[in-house]
Amino acid sequence: MMRARCLALVLVLLAAGARAETVLPDPASEARAVELHKSLRCLVCQNQSIHDSNADLAVDLRQIVRERVAAGESDAGVVDYVVRRYGDFVLLRPPVKASTYLLWFGPALILLAGATAAFRFLRRARAAGLGAPAPLSDQERRTLAALRDGREP
Amino acid sequence: MIAELGHYALILALVVALVQGTLPLIGAQRRTPAWIAVARPAAILQAGLIGIAFLALTHAFVTSDFSVVNVAENSHSAKPMLYKISGVWGNHEGSMVLWVLILALYGLAVALFGRNLPPSLRARVLAVQALIAVGFLLFIILTSNPFERLSPAPLDGRGLNPLLQDPGLAFHPPMLYFGYVGFSMAFAFAIAALIEGRVDAAWARWVRPWTLAAWCFLTAGIALGSWWAYYELGWGGWWFWDPVENASFMPWLAGTALLHSAIVCEKRDTLKSWTILLAILTFSLSLLGTFLVRSGVLTSVHAFATDPERGVFILAFLVLVTGGALALFAVRAPGLAGGGLFAPISREGALVLNNLLLTVGCATVFLGTLYPLFLEIAGGGKVSVGGPYFNATFIPLMVPLVAFVPVGSMLPWKRGDLAGVLARLRFAGGVAGATALAVLALVEGTSLLAAGGVLLAAWLAAGVLTELAGRVQLLRVDAAESWRRLVRLPRASVGMSLAHLGVAVFVAGVTGSVAWHTEKVQTMRVGETVEVAGYQFTLDGVSEHRGPNYTATSGQFTVTRQGAPVTRLRPEKRIYPAENMPTTEAAIHSTAMRDLYAVLGDPAEDGAWTTRLYVNPLIAWIWFGCFMMVGGGLLSLSDRRHRVGAPVRQAVRAGVLGPAKA
Amino acid sequence: MMRRYHLIPVAIFIALAGGLYVGLDPDRNPKAVPSALIDQPVPEFALPPVEGRGLGLASADLRGEVALVNVFASWCGPCRVEHPLLMDLAAKRVVAVHGINYKDQPKAAAEWLLRLGDPYTRTGADRDGRVSIDWGVYGVPETFVVDRAGRIRYKHVGPLQADDLEQKILPLIRRLQG
Repeated sequence: MMRARCLALVLVLLAAGARAETVLPDPASEARAVELHKSLRCLVCQNQSIHDSNADLAVDLRQIVRERVAAGESDAGVVDYVVRRYGDFVLLRPPVKASTYLLWFGPALILLAGATAAFRFLRRARAAGLGAPAPLSDQERRTLAALRDGREP
Repeated sequence: MIAELGHYALILALVVALVQGTLPLIGAQRRTPAWIAVARPAAILQAGLIGIAFLALTHAFVTSDFSVVNVAENSHSAKPMLYKISGVWGNHEGSMVLWVLILALYGLAVALFGRNLPPSLRARVLAVQALIAVGFLLFIILTSNPFERLSPAPLDGRGLNPLLQDPGLAFHPPMLYFGYVGFSMAFAFAIAALIEGRVDAAWARWVRPWTLAAWCFLTAGIALGSWWAYYELGWGGWWFWDPVENASFMPWLAGTALLHSAIVCEKRDTLKSWTILLAILTFSLSLLGTFLVRSGVLTSVHAFATDPERGVFILAFLVLVTGGALALFAVRAPGLAGGGLFAPISREGALVLNNLLLTVGCATVFLGTLYPLFLEIAGGGKVSVGGPYFNATFIPLMVPLVAFVPVGSMLPWKRGDLAGVLARLRFAGGVAGATALAVLALVEGTSLLAAGGVLLAAWLAAGVLTELAGRVQLLRVDAAESWRRLVRLPRASVGMSLAHLGVAVFVAGVTGSVAWHTEKVQTMRVGETVEVAGYQFTLDGVSEHRGPNYTATSGQFTVTRQGAPVTRLRPEKRIYPAENMPTTEAAIHSTAMRDLYAVLGDPAEDGAWTTRLYVNPLIAWIWFGCFMMVGGGLLSLSDRRHRVGAPVRQAVRAGVLGPAKA
Repeated sequence: MMRRYHLIPVAIFIALAGGLYVGLDPDRNPKAVPSALIDQPVPEFALPPVEGRGLGLASADLRGEVALVNVFASWCGPCRVEHPLLMDLAAKRVVAVHGINYKDQPKAAAEWLLRLGDPYTRTGADRDGRVSIDWGVYGVPETFVVDRAGRIRYKHVGPLQADDLEQKILPLIRRLQG
């Protein structure tokens, strides 16, 4: 455990001295590149996209994405280039495959289960409501009698 | 000496909490008034002792007593006073002391202002609160003692992370904790009710204000945190779906659901076991958030220094609290008879839908946040779950939720007429459609998705206003009479409308800032001008200067639009020598319609500077919307019906015969 | 019948708590990123040597013998920490040790090797860091084990420590050589 912590401290992540970057002259290509940046995780800084990071590696990857976009590569091709080097881990939108079925279809399943439960509950509440009103409890009967007699319950 | 006093006070508080957590529970069970009576003075004493401990720690920070490890590691003599004080909770140990202090303050509030509660219920609530405090006090004393001494004392401290040296973030944690911990009240009430085996309208009426108060704090805390991320992290973004953010968002979603289900519980005496379950889940999610942030099981940009041993403790505590509560729920909840009957198309039905969507939304955030961890444990490799996932799954759940608010809040209790309500909302629908079409036609670069966002926001706003107009009989009676009616409306219902309007403003802000956001990254030489969304940003110069505990490089931008000056912006890059850490200070010029946002990056080799310039339309609406939600919550909280709980139990009993009032 | 439904929350919670407990395993490093290149051939590249040295590094050089490829930089503190281990390894001639010099000033890199000693048979100066990205490097130092066929078999992130070497890397190298 100590080791894991030391390692985290000692490992110099590629975060030093970001350099200036050049933006693509064509606004449409640049917009495409930016969308791609937003979908790729910065490995150095946890949980940020390379779009939102100043880490050196993020700057380099941004530049690589731009070059490939400018060279006319498809979005899938660019993403594939990065995934081949860094694995699925760089995708902020995880690919749909066996190991992520639960992730992607989980919300729909939960919604279905919740909707079923809610539907049953609503049906019960209505079914009971449509029938004869529930009989008065003893307490209510006493209160009613008291009211009829004009007394405070 | 003072630090030792603080430590001693914490240990005494633990003893008091142990007594407060046991005697009243037994007393309430055996109907022993003397034991029940222990709860109140014990709660007051406990709050006093923890208060002393907190003040002792604050004293150590304010006087820069570096013989205390915690101060030496997290403070610095050159730090401004505000950050010396906020440094108390800017670290793990101190933040836990603040946590228990807030817990004790809520207990104190119940002890002092809970006179209208039946003594046995009050005793049980205070006892449950005390048991939670026992867990956290043990945690502090055994694993995270903030008063530990250091010998010899260093000459100066290591300083506070400069990112945290910010007024917004100084108040973000206390707000958040008041929210998290506030849900412990709903939890304590839920447990007390399960023990008593009785949940009725009066119970729901007591729970609601506490939940509402906690919800207001949590909303404000989250909004403050997101605002901080917006101006401090320098990326123009305000929400990153980071695990730590999600950790605070999950209790918010569950708490919002609880807020709404408690209304059904109070007004219609139904959804009882569900409301109890939500109360348990909301607080459990708060605890889970604490666990995630401090245990190191997930990685995050802004986590505390983490320690798996502390993680084991919090997890064990979570198992005791949540596991115990859910087990109690499994045993007791089947005995809670359901009450009111209603048709699916009714206010109750609408609130069930609200709860369904909010809970599923919460579960989705939960799944996305913890999936990488569980997949890795199961040997399935590492995945990242980021913004794109949540945008694709969470937002589709929230759209129908928001869209249904105007309809739901106009449906009457028990049985409603959907066609009738829709007919009354015709005008609102027309206004919303026209607004969306106008934006689509007039604003350049509007996508269909953006028009959908506008439609949603306008529909909600118009719908809420229609409902309000109906209540005050606008245009049916003369204006003066309408005004009189508006003033006489219960504050709770005006608060509700205000909070729902806040949601509309928030949706509009999100739509605007996502759909029409423009950003440009480039290298600029001094004197160069760059145009972003019709604004010309000119870099006039770059200079160096010194702050109290940092040195800064600042860029001066002049912004003009169509030749007319708009503003000057001075973004900075700071270096804090004590911590040897750089930060980015974005410069922001904010108006109702847009933010201009400039960030100074690194110098390029040829003397030019990397700059990032953003125009963020409507982004301020996001926080203004949150502000309105909090305002609505507070207004509602100030309603007499929430404050005066005393005669309620009686009244509700008698009210069984009368028609249910809205 | 009702009671069964009420058990669902506590059942879900127990499963969840179990998972969280496993997640607390102190040996688990949540920050570690697995390499996508394990069992893949090394990327195609050819780098000139660090200033003042003769042998550069290219993918062709990594075929035919088992090799340890270490990514380092003179500006990286942790690289200094692991440096003696690499020197020791090179001196004992257990395995061919090559270096990729990540984003370094040529002078600084040469001076670093001169002052601290040079464990590398071949070095490649990766001035713009592109080759390192092809290797999937995300932090220096990183160390790769490459087999005779020129495939990456193992990746270590962060400074090498004696027990990493003894327990994982050297046994693997012996197996690949054997």
